[in-house]
Amino acid sequence: MPMTKIEAIIQPSKLEPVKEALLEIGVEGMTITEVRGHGRQKGHTEIYRGREYTVDLLPKIKLEMVLADDMVERAVQTITSVTRTGRIGDGKIFLSRIDDAIRIRNDERGVTAL
Amino acid sequence: MNKSPCCRRFLLAFGLLWICLAGSFAAFAQSSTPQNDRIAQLEQQVKSAQSSADNAWMLVSSALVLMMTGPGLALFYGGLVRKKNVLATMLQSFAMMALVTVLWALIGYSLSFGPGNSFIGGFHNLFLHGVGTQPDADYSGTLPAQTFMVYQLMFAIITPALITGAFAERMKFSAMLLFMTLWSLIVYAPMAHMVWGKGGWLNAALGGRFPSLDFAGGTVVHVTSGVSALVCAMYLGRRMGYPKEPMPPHSVVLSFVGACLLWVGWFGFNAGSALAANGLATSAFVNTHFAAAAAALGWVAAEWVRNGKASALGAISGSVAGLVAITPAAGFVSPMSALLIGAIAGVFCYFMVAKIKNILGYDDSLDAFGVHGAGGTIGALLTGIFATSSINPIYHDAAGNVLPSGAVDGNWGQLGNQFVAVAIAWTIAIVGTLIILKIVDVLIGLRVSPDHEVQGLDLSQHGEEGYYWELSAS
Repeated sequence: MPMTKIEAIIQPSKLEPVKEALLEIGVEGMTITEVRGHGRQKGHTEIYRGREYTVDLLPKIKLEMVLADDMVERAVQTITSVTRTGRIGDGKIFLSRIDDAIRIRNDERGVTAL
Repeated sequence: MNKSPCCRRFLLAFGLLWICLAGSFAAFAQSSTPQNDRIAQLEQQVKSAQSSADNAWMLVSSALVLMMTGPGLALFYGGLVRKKNVLATMLQSFAMMALVTVLWALIGYSLSFGPGNSFIGGFHNLFLHGVGTQPDADYSGTLPAQTFMVYQLMFAIITPALITGAFAERMKFSAMLLFMTLWSLIVYAPMAHMVWGKGGWLNAALGGRFPSLDFAGGTVVHVTSGVSALVCAMYLGRRMGYPKEPMPPHSVVLSFVGACLLWVGWFGFNAGSALAANGLATSAFVNTHFAAAAAALGWVAAEWVRNGKASALGAISGSVAGLVAITPAAGFVSPMSALLIGAIAGVFCYFMVAKIKNILGYDDSLDAFGVHGAGGTIGALLTGIFATSSINPIYHDAAGNVLPSGAVDGNWGQLGNQFVAVAIAWTIAIVGTLIILKIVDVLIGLRVSPDHEVQGLDLSQHGEEGYYWELSAS
């Protein structure tokens, strides 16, 4: 079965709810990175020694996971329902094809390696 | 002559009487000696006790002042720079602890406090010759001379360390070491001698030509270092990317800890300058604390009004500004005056740093001039106004009567003397620093290369990184 990578960029405060919700639907493996970035969300201003600076590198969390295609839609729905607030800055999800997956421990390949 | 029997008897009786009288006198004198002895002994014990108290306090004060440099200033400055320069910045302060100590021991103390002329000491105390455990009556009659020497050393250490704030993130380590060596000898030693040394031109206590009131070093330490910092900042030029690129502190947390250590350490700096464990030390202690507090509030208030928010960095910077301003005044003013001096300094230094610096455009990276140069200057002038003999009767006439100290006592002339001292400090700092910068620049070059500046001084100058947190470590 083909596999898809889900990359989700979300607000840091939503990390715990998303992890719990994904665990509940059977998604156990993921990689989490702390990143900075922005879409259309404006940054904030900081004043340092009387000078104003616009800080538009906002802290975000990136979740990456590779799932069998039959799981992908459920995972995407779970992520969006937990993280959506309706305001700019909720985040984005990207999907991409994965050519193969290998389990380092025992050389398993394909969906069974996930 | 043939004496008659009654004459001889009379002489014998007379003689016996004198012997008895003499004997009884001797006996009388013998019984009063133990009492006098005991009084003399008790006086010696009282002197000894005072000496012990003074020495204990002064050794603690010396430790407190050293703590101001390391880790106080090291942390304060270290937190304000970008992460890639944190070690280099802290090492600049630490290097002073090592370098200036050795210089002081060999020659620095002699040039600052040895006998000489009105402007500089001499070589009499080279290698600390003559500086032992016996007191030096001119400087501190109750302390071992080495206590005085080591206390002054801590001042000599922190003064150049303050300058490093101006050229942070772009000065070569080798150039800085050479610069500081020359600066300690050419700028600090003469200024220390003039204000505190025997025969110094500005020395209020030892009969200087323009007696200026500088209790703990507002001119000697803060004005000289602050103004030198400004000269350095302008000579070296701005950091790459300044002012467009935001360069916020990588850790206000570190700066916070540093500032608190500075506040506590300053008790040694100011109260220790009483050179005794007495009421004057208490006055200085209280004034120091009050000024720091009022200044923190002053800076916070100014910032709150101007920006709508009070920042942590502003609050701690404010307290440092107050501590700087009270340094010349600590042992001369009343506690209420200390509050006022602190409040004025907090607001004044805020504007120097948040408005004037941006208008004039120089890159005094860590505000060494804005806080120490400006704060020291205004503190020195305010000392001329608020100094009162009721706190410290420093001036006497020939008959021993107490004379007025500052303007609040009616002596407006003192303000004039303060101006002279400040002007001299500015002049020596500007001229001396320019000459030294030129020498060092010609010999080895002052500024790091653009590549090294971008890479960060920790890596380029020292081959180190401050934090290995992101890299894997087992």
